Amino acid sequence: MEEFFQQLTNGLAVGSIYALIALGYTMVYGVLKLINFAHGDLFTIGAYLGMTLLASFALHETIGPFLGLIVLALMVMGLVAILGAIVERTAYRPLRESPRLSAVVSALGASIFLQNAVMLIYGARFQVYPEDLIPETSIDLFGLYIPVVRILVLFVSLALMAALFIFIQKTRIGTAIRAAAIDQDAARLMGIDVNRVILLVFLIGPALGGAAGLLVGLQYGQINFTMGWTYGMKAFTAAILGGIGNIPGAMLGGLILGVIEALGSAYISIAWKDAIAFFVLILILIVRPTGLLGERVADKI
Amino acid sequence: MLLTVRDLRVKYGNVEALHGVNLSVKEGEIVAILGANGAGKSTTLLAVSGIVRSAGGAIEFGGKLLHKLKAHEIVREGVIQVPEGRRIFNTLTVEENLALGSFVRNDAARVAKTREWIYELFPILKERSDQLGGTLSGGEQQMLAIARGLMAEPKILLLDEPSLGLAPLLVKAIFRTLEQINRAGVTIVLVEQNARAALKLAHRGYILEVGNIVLEDSAPALLANPEVRKAYLGG
Repeated sequence: MEEFFQQLTNGLAVGSIYALIALGYTMVYGVLKLINFAHGDLFTIGAYLGMTLLASFALHETIGPFLGLIVLALMVMGLVAILGAIVERTAYRPLRESPRLSAVVSALGASIFLQNAVMLIYGARFQVYPEDLIPETSIDLFGLYIPVVRILVLFVSLALMAALFIFIQKTRIGTAIRAAAIDQDAARLMGIDVNRVILLVFLIGPALGGAAGLLVGLQYGQINFTMGWTYGMKAFTAAILGGIGNIPGAMLGGLILGVIEALGSAYISIAWKDAIAFFVLILILIVRPTGLLGERVADKI
Repeated sequence: MLLTVRDLRVKYGNVEALHGVNLSVKEGEIVAILGANGAGKSTTLLAVSGIVRSAGGAIEFGGKLLHKLKAHEIVREGVIQVPEGRRIFNTLTVEENLALGSFVRNDAARVAKTREWIYELFPILKERSDQLGGTLSGGEQQMLAIARGLMAEPKILLLDEPSLGLAPLLVKAIFRTLEQINRAGVTIVLVEQNARAALKLAHRGYILEVGNIVLEDSAPALLANPEVRKAYLGG
């Protein structure tokens, strides 16, 4: 039982990272019906920026570990958000009126460009985060010893997701984002500047992706320029699992995927980890082609 | 004149859909634009709202040149369109749809007043306020689309085929409500295939044929015009 709960919390932590990245895919898809292939690489850049900022400012030493990490996270999120907006301006906006396939190719190009830029700047080897940043102790939760970093990852991701959810569901701008995702021209007729909505989505998604990159760096200590590919693939799967374009769906899909992976590798075989995850995806898509929370409200004439 | 459209041209690719449309709307009027399918009625409204770009000509509204503005800026001028096919946000609630209608307004107290008025005009929407837009019946969706337009506090309301797909009784009810809305001071431009209903409501009408205005007259005169009767009113 102890093993099960360990795997469960581990799966939730990994899954919450998938969910954070998946949100970026699903929000962009929602508004533009485009898969932002560069998103995984923005996540990578978040991880690298976190490392660089840690090394250059050592905020955790000057203003304390707690405040230091918060400021660090905000800096990473802000910088990756700006980068996301630049990607939108340079790679996607010029192709807004072009056939969908052109934008897809441009997205792949942006992904390759960013990935190679990271490799050229930081090198192809694995890089390590500074050690002893977060105490390597475990906390006793109802008789279950859970590493501090896992709790931190879970807490930060869930807090970010809750904030996003409230923003999207409850605020005027959030409602405008949802409207633009449903029908862009109808949204324009409401007086919504759809270009600004798109820009906003390209700020929020990458900010969350960047935060996920930082969390991966903190949790595993090791980062590599290709990490965006593997995590991006999983997060994209999570977005489809939950119903692409659906924000709560991406959160749910990420958490489920993380848990399935963790339990699968513990009880079946770690070698089959990815296969199990994708097997579940295929199963769910056969039963519910729109994903778990995919919308299917019929249009009435 | 509140709205003046001069020599408006619109192209879809290489095909010119409007070949120089002229029309004008006075404050307080109801003006009908009639014509067959594909005559360019919707295109005219979409150009006024800035959803399709004009290839030439001018659109002037209250001293502002609308053809130079973007769609979302035109809404801020008080030019509000209820588009063809209603285009309500299916997966949002009735309440959220209405809130989006007032997206450009900041005066919460007045927005609340508008909402009260809308619920008086369409009591059924109040009952359905927590329901998703897509679960409403066709008639209720049309009411929601009009109500959403009114939430912006329009100076001019452009309606594209509000009778489309509705039972005759519902069409009557909707047109009566449009009359009420007009009496409350909202200028209305009505694009319709249902020419008879439109001309009974309107003060003036334009007949559009393949991208050109071919006739302009008062609504009673159009109703009495033998050619109009033959072509658009079934004899």
